[in-house]
Amino acid sequence: MELDRLVFTFFNAEVAREYWPDIAKGIAVTVQLGLAVIVSGLALGLFLALVRSFHMRAINALVVIFADVLRALPPLMVIIILFFAFPYAGLSMSAFTATWLALALVLAAFAEEIFWAGIASIHHGQWEAARSTGMSAWQTLVHVILPQALRLTIPPLTSRTIAITKNTALGSVVALSEILGSAHSASSLAGNPTPLTLGALAYLVIFIPFVAFGRWIETRYAWKR
Amino acid sequence: MDAIAENFFNLAIMAKVWPYLLTGLGTTFLLSLLVVPLGFAGGLIVAVLYSLRKRWLNVLVIAYVDFFRAFPPLVLLLFIYFGLPFLGIQIPAILAVALGFMLNTSSYYGEIFRAGIDSIPKAQWEAARSTGLSWLQTMSYVIVPQATRNVLPDLLSNTLEVVKLTTLASVVAIPELLNAARNAQALTYNPTPIVLAALMYLALLWPLVRLLSRLEHKGFAVR
Repeated sequence: MELDRLVFTFFNAEVAREYWPDIAKGIAVTVQLGLAVIVSGLALGLFLALVRSFHMRAINALVVIFADVLRALPPLMVIIILFFAFPYAGLSMSAFTATWLALALVLAAFAEEIFWAGIASIHHGQWEAARSTGMSAWQTLVHVILPQALRLTIPPLTSRTIAITKNTALGSVVALSEILGSAHSASSLAGNPTPLTLGALAYLVIFIPFVAFGRWIETRYAWKR
Repeated sequence: MDAIAENFFNLAIMAKVWPYLLTGLGTTFLLSLLVVPLGFAGGLIVAVLYSLRKRWLNVLVIAYVDFFRAFPPLVLLLFIYFGLPFLGIQIPAILAVALGFMLNTSSYYGEIFRAGIDSIPKAQWEAARSTGLSWLQTMSYVIVPQATRNVLPDLLSNTLEVVKLTTLASVVAIPELLNAARNAQALTYNPTPIVLAALMYLALLWPLVRLLSRLEHKGFAVR
């Protein structure tokens, strides 16, 4: 296959110039969606893990069921339930909301498990020592347990967060015009896959720094053996 | 309440679409049987290449792994499936899925195997080599079996992710469970098939999630 044809097909400057504005809009949507997912998913996950550390049996059972169900269901399935099934119960939402909610819940489920594993790994003597100095349960959690637990959770949490944030591309299945959605429709319009190449490059530019950061974090916070 | 039962747990519709969804589940199962071993094998190759400790090779391996960890799998799949025909290469959807999944999952499995191989003390290498085993024999009979055991929870957890990822094949019209459920929804004008498919995923994957939770908590505790 000639190089010319490859360039004309996948790196067509004319097509790229014409459809770049569409891709740029998609990038804005992906970035907003990704940030919303990260912030709300991690916050909810931490909240659930904190709730769980107070050992209230009935509430813990609910947290575990929530975390299990959202870890067992494929994220695309969750998006499709929210977008295509919920309207039948009178709960219609936009593609953005459905994708955000689905991914935030999935991230919260994984984050809860990771935070909880971190909290549970701190020796019980730490609780007792802190409480006996006169700290309240809440103070113990915030000033003694969490700072130690969070350190443990950073590497697994980073890689999980990246993996779930990448799933913002699934929004294209419910016609959300994020990067993949706009690249795909642009390449159909253009009859040329260059917009897809642009979209792929955009994902790489956005996510490679995070992946590199995750790799650095892993060595930085690795357990000293 | 009745409306919810009618729309989400409609037994008549469940009975009607059950055989169809079961076929979809079979396809999901076969698809997993195709992509999991491919990713596993690819990951093992990635990790073994890394363990050769050639500097330029390590740079390539890390670049490969990070590239595909940064690339959303659906983007990869659509790029392969819709991009290649523009070059005059028509490939069936199943081949696009196999290729896309292999590139994506081998980078994840590769990182896990790499951590496993790193966890084996150097003395094991030396002892095995000194008994007369070749490099390849040491790798396959001594190092990889122990490495695999050390990272078993991570391997299982990634395999769960890969099985969940097979839902992406629905986007290129492979009739796996999610695709079957969506077709059934379109035919019956009722979201019950989607609920049923979700229940099927739950029934199959929940035990694995429970098992993983146990393994992971144990892992944190012993460290």
